[in-house]
Amino acid sequence: MICLLADIPLFPEEAGNSAPQVDAIYRALVGISTLMTAGLFVVITCFLIRYRHTSEANRTMLRLSPTYLEVTWTTIPMIIFTGLFVWGAIVFVKANHPARNATPIYVVGQQWYWDVRHQNGRHEIGDLHVPVGQPVQLIMTSADVIHDYYIPAFRQKYDVVPGKYTSLSFTATKPGKYRILCSQYCGTDHSLMTGYLFAMRPDAYQSWLDAKDGTGPQSMAETGARLFRTFSCSGCHGENIGVHAPSLAGIYGNSVPLQGGQFATVDDQYLRDSILRPTGEIVAGYKPIMPSYQGQISEEQVMQIVAYIKSLSQPPASATSLPVSNSSTP
Amino acid sequence: MSSASTTIEPSPTGAPPTRHPVTPDYLNDGYGLRSWLTTHDHKRIGILYLLSITVFFFIGGWAATMMRLQLLSPHGDLVTSETYNRLFTLHGVTMVWFFLIPSVPSVLGNFVLPMMIGARDVAFPRLNLLSWYIFVLGGIFTLYATISGGVDTGWTFYTPYSTTYANGHVIAMASGIFITGFSTIFTALNFIVTTHTMRAPGMHWFRLPLFVWSLYATSLIMVLATPVIAITLALIALERFAGVGIFDPRIGGDPLLFQHLFWFYSHPAVYIMILPGMGVVSEMITCFSRKRIFGYKFVAYSSLAIAILGFIVWGHHMFVASQSIYAGMIFSMLSFLVSIPSAIKVFNWTATLYKGRIHFHTPMLYALGFIGLFTIGGLTGLFLATLAVDMHVHDTYFVIAHFHYIMVGGMVMAYLGGLHFWWPKISGRMYNEKLAQFSAAIIFVGFNLTFFPQFILGYLGMPRRYPYYPPQWQVFHILSTAGASVLAVGYLLPLCYLTWSFFFGRHAPPNPWNASGLEWNETSSPPIRTNFEKLPIVTREAYDYPYPIKSDA
Repeated sequence: MICLLADIPLFPEEAGNSAPQVDAIYRALVGISTLMTAGLFVVITCFLIRYRHTSEANRTMLRLSPTYLEVTWTTIPMIIFTGLFVWGAIVFVKANHPARNATPIYVVGQQWYWDVRHQNGRHEIGDLHVPVGQPVQLIMTSADVIHDYYIPAFRQKYDVVPGKYTSLSFTATKPGKYRILCSQYCGTDHSLMTGYLFAMRPDAYQSWLDAKDGTGPQSMAETGARLFRTFSCSGCHGENIGVHAPSLAGIYGNSVPLQGGQFATVDDQYLRDSILRPTGEIVAGYKPIMPSYQGQISEEQVMQIVAYIKSLSQPPASATSLPVSNSSTP
Repeated sequence: MSSASTTIEPSPTGAPPTRHPVTPDYLNDGYGLRSWLTTHDHKRIGILYLLSITVFFFIGGWAATMMRLQLLSPHGDLVTSETYNRLFTLHGVTMVWFFLIPSVPSVLGNFVLPMMIGARDVAFPRLNLLSWYIFVLGGIFTLYATISGGVDTGWTFYTPYSTTYANGHVIAMASGIFITGFSTIFTALNFIVTTHTMRAPGMHWFRLPLFVWSLYATSLIMVLATPVIAITLALIALERFAGVGIFDPRIGGDPLLFQHLFWFYSHPAVYIMILPGMGVVSEMITCFSRKRIFGYKFVAYSSLAIAILGFIVWGHHMFVASQSIYAGMIFSMLSFLVSIPSAIKVFNWTATLYKGRIHFHTPMLYALGFIGLFTIGGLTGLFLATLAVDMHVHDTYFVIAHFHYIMVGGMVMAYLGGLHFWWPKISGRMYNEKLAQFSAAIIFVGFNLTFFPQFILGYLGMPRRYPYYPPQWQVFHILSTAGASVLAVGYLLPLCYLTWSFFFGRHAPPNPWNASGLEWNETSSPPIRTNFEKLPIVTREAYDYPYPIKSDA
């Protein structure tokens, strides 16, 4: 059994930017816990032997103030725990903060697989291909129940929640094939909702991305532009239209004033909410006349339209940026 | 200290002092099913609870056994995923609501609380009986839900899965828990009023045994938290049955709302499941060290501190559930804070051993096992309170191992220890000491073998609720299942020898452990229907073992 165990690692591989930091805290915690448990074990064992009922050890009381002791063993753990809290919080905040230049990849979880779309339209089910050394941000939502996107080799996970976008940010550090697991119970085949993450060198990743065949899907923004017309969004939000609706060009990433005096930052979540619950946050100066698309549009389609609206805010040099009139239908 | 055996003469006034064939006690104060099912005696109600939770313990244990057998193989060879999901739901629901929560409070608390404070019964004896009937009614709903096909939501009932997608008898199961909640609330109410109003003359608050303090703190949590789970389950039923959008975003709800409500109850409920155990351990450590507890007030107040802090840490279940990152930081900090009162208790128990006169009877073995396992469970809780580490181990076997160290390694050890400790009072008989010590050792070894490998599995990334798993983790699952079979033997042994001793064991003296405390020194074994011949007047502190300690027999 021991030689069997010797072959089995106690840590998963470290393949993401946060993994070494999480492992460092974990090692510190294991060290502190072992020290405390062992210390307690030794002290208790000594007391049990020395003061067993048959022993004639001296039992006259030492003059030791209980309050002094209580304060000591309250304060010391408090200081250690505060340190651990701060360390853990810093690593957590850093891990969950997407880099400015992170590549967005769109993930929709549903019973019981992951539906993944890359910006250029490359689509995969279950697995995920990412470039090594480049920050990636998964923008995730669920089409049914709560799932959780978990990559043990990166020491990272985040819930995938219906009705909102959550994100998982990481940079793969080592090429290889790593497990993806669903770690939030989601029904019968929860344990089969798994796949592999392929961390590839950037050039290999690029050729993998480009390997879609000629008749394959367009980029997400292109598909989004088509959907923008199919769902008649362009009827109001297009240029030179009589309807009084806000123009969507250049709004992504900006702050817009809302009715009631608040401001909202236009991000993926705001755009999603505006499509599905348009009367929730109305831009100041407009009437709540937009109908809801709840139930008529899939999560993938919402993501494509969001990608299209985002593309309207990118510099014209960007390959994915296409004005409405230029988009072609397949 | 007056020798206990001379203070008690179980001779009712007027009865001849000659040996009566049957000494009147609560066990022979009326025979037949009817006398038990209509009893208002807190001791008999404690026994009714003991029998019913034992049934649920073995139902939940059976589900765990099936799961452990399934996990011997990574390919899910024994049962289907659907069955497996129903098994872990059954295991969680029965163990949490029908075993752990009522275990120490409703069985041991009911039995000894009135005696410890010098009362003839609890404040509301009829309500006490009603609590048990409500408990049984809730249990029947749960068993109905199980037998008619089961529920596959897990004991956590996360939405929108439980309200929209799960098939199975979610509403029946939720009703069972809803109903049982009232039993918990009534028992807690009874304990609070009893502790406030029924203490014997001279039994002021800082003379109370620490078990009473811990039951008091637990009762406060029960009364304040249980209504929240009742509301939550009612909302689930409303959304599932009537389609009112509360938790499902497709009909306008918010799934996170459920998690906030659920953990606002369920985290305090974790303390419902450990605080009473800590009280039992305080009793056993002092008794078998023959020494007053070190830092009485610190131990007493730490129970209240846990009860209060326990209400403001629920968000640590939601670090990666899309809760705000700032909320996560606050909850992480508060979770570290809540570990401090628990640490204070462990250190005070250790200091109590110092210069004691330590006996190694079975209850003491359980108490020492509790300290070790609870320490490991508590320290691994710090891993989970650390945001960055939780990001990796949340919802993995690390969490499973952690809370089983607290719930099973802590509470079940304390419950079994307490059951052995007060068994002479409950049954009037002594069990076989050697066999009992042997069983305690088996349970300790089996427990560690079952759950320690799960920490490693968790860090490797094994998610919970997986009937299929990657084959390279199989070795740890085999270790765990091997441990579980040892543990099963450890649990069946006390069932056998305690039952045997109830009928055939040696008669117990009133105070077999030479313990302090009214229940040992002022009542017979088993006690009479009204506990005391004459209500005691308390003139001493709790745990007034003579000091410096003279050598005792």
